[in-house]
Amino acid sequence: MSPRVVFPNKILPYLLVAPQLAITLVFFYWPASQALRQSMLREDPFGLSSKFVWFDNFKKVLSDPNYLNSIQVTAIFSISVAAVAMGTALLLAVMAEKVVRSRGLYRTLMIWPYAVAPAIAGMLWLFLFNPSIGSLAYGLRWLGINWDPLLDGEQAMALVVAAASWKQISYNFLFFVAGLQAIPKTLIEAAAIDGAGENKRFWTIVFPLLAPTTFFLLVVNTVYAFFDTFGIIHAVTGGGPGKATETLVYKVYNDGFVNLILGDSAAQSVILMVIVIALTAVQFRYVEKKVHYG
Amino acid sequence: MATVDLKDVRKIYAGGVEAVKGVSIAIPDKALCVLVGPSGCGKSTLLRMIAGLETISAGTCSIDGKVVNSIGPTERDIAMVFQNYALYPHMKVYDNMAYGLRNRGMPKDEVDKRVRGTAQTLELEHLLERRPRELSGGQRQRVAMGRAIVRNPKVFLFDEPLSNLDAKLRGQMRVEIKSLQRKLGVTSVYVTHDQLEAMTLADVLVVMNAGLVEQLGAPLDIYEKPASTFVASFIGAPPMNLLPLRGGQLEDAITLPTVTGNATTIGFRPEDCEVGADGATSSDGLRLMANVEGVEPVGAESFLYCAAGGGKIVVRVAGRTEVQVGDQLPIFARREKLHFFGSDGKRV
Repeated sequence: MSPRVVFPNKILPYLLVAPQLAITLVFFYWPASQALRQSMLREDPFGLSSKFVWFDNFKKVLSDPNYLNSIQVTAIFSISVAAVAMGTALLLAVMAEKVVRSRGLYRTLMIWPYAVAPAIAGMLWLFLFNPSIGSLAYGLRWLGINWDPLLDGEQAMALVVAAASWKQISYNFLFFVAGLQAIPKTLIEAAAIDGAGENKRFWTIVFPLLAPTTFFLLVVNTVYAFFDTFGIIHAVTGGGPGKATETLVYKVYNDGFVNLILGDSAAQSVILMVIVIALTAVQFRYVEKKVHYG
Repeated sequence: MATVDLKDVRKIYAGGVEAVKGVSIAIPDKALCVLVGPSGCGKSTLLRMIAGLETISAGTCSIDGKVVNSIGPTERDIAMVFQNYALYPHMKVYDNMAYGLRNRGMPKDEVDKRVRGTAQTLELEHLLERRPRELSGGQRQRVAMGRAIVRNPKVFLFDEPLSNLDAKLRGQMRVEIKSLQRKLGVTSVYVTHDQLEAMTLADVLVVMNAGLVEQLGAPLDIYEKPASTFVASFIGAPPMNLLPLRGGQLEDAITLPTVTGNATTIGFRPEDCEVGADGATSSDGLRLMANVEGVEPVGAESFLYCAAGGGKIVVRVAGRTEVQVGDQLPIFARREKLHFFGSDGKRV
């Protein structure tokens, strides 16, 4: 432990942390409290007045079948994105370790997709899989798949999951490569001498030692799937067909800024905040226990 | 129970660097062979080739009469103790030791019996439920040993296993490794850069330099008859004194016995020096005057660092010494304790 720093001046320490506190207050607590206040207000149809309704907005939202559908969509979407993005990234990272020639080039190429903006990534995937002009959609149809994400909800979900995962793979790849490099080579060698084949070595030595990285990425990917995928969904499906790809964040936007039901939207964002806080708390509380650091 | 045979083994890396330049060693069954040399001499590479962790560029390596060049480390039936121990940090000591047995499909109760038996031999029983990071350096070292011997392999490989321990523990473990190896009777290859470890442990000592074997033999034979100036200055602590001969003459020498052949270097060990006029009765030997430049009393013995014969020498005297820096001393070394080396560094 580093020794405690003692300031002779009583006011100076507060002045030093003031800018940080001000930023946090202005950009986090103030908007959050506004959302909380808004979630208990209801406006008249013309937006001329609003009245305080306590938890009525929450009751309304939580009994709305559309909202419950959105929760289910978000759960499927988040789990799929985290699983696909992390699984693929781990596979690629393990493969990249085995590349002997131009390993650096290979890694650099793997990282590029991360630099693509979400909306652009969404557009790329939209074009590639557009039922009428998409080149990959043509390939899918040629394979005998009745490809039409504009009508088929499951296909639309698969498309946004693919697009969202694709963007996150680079990020996960970077961390997995770093995590793999941090595992001492001698451990792998010792395991080989101990009679473990390559598969066995991966699952009994490498994977458990990667656990801290995997855990960190699980938290980051969940938060990503919850919040940062708005652009992709907006560009690819717009929440449709029907409400098949309408995630919680997308619904907040739709109800608040398209349908202008501000009270409902605010109540939803408060619920969303609670969900993410709870999720992260659970992950740290339970998953971290099974993680071995060092 | 196995022999290890290396025949003209070479290691050439992709960049063209030749780390091992044709090494042939035959290690008999149950023997402990120590590879010793300065860092970068290829000893670790050689060990890793025996383990199967490095490919063999040329030559053959056979274990128990069978060429293993193309067999991976998994199938060679060897065990290795690494310098950093390489214990699996996420497994308990018990699982660390059981890992290799389970991988080979041994039944559970047999695994348990073997692990507990080995733990008892190494006095590790109370540590079985702990994780490596909760152990001290010495305990980790023992666990690494345990993981190797529990498998009862054909060959043990040690890669500088004691270099991360403090001096006292190192001495203790050295003795223990030796007696354990004797008791188990498993052929072993031990890599170290520490000449003391090499001398005390080896049945067969291999001194390596720049990818080649400088000398191979029993430790005391090598100590008494070093094949080259390199071996002479590597084996023994402090190393042998080497002084240049010019035209068969040594600078400042009072008496110099007949020089063997056309030697260009004369050598004598610090412990073979006699200080003062006592040796005067025997005229057949090297006598020269030395200027004392430093005195190092270490308790049981003292080392005198002197300038003599156109070079620097170290003289070992038993117990305490009254010699002071700046003193001039006559030094005497008997004829039979002198070593002569030619211009190529080889013994003549």
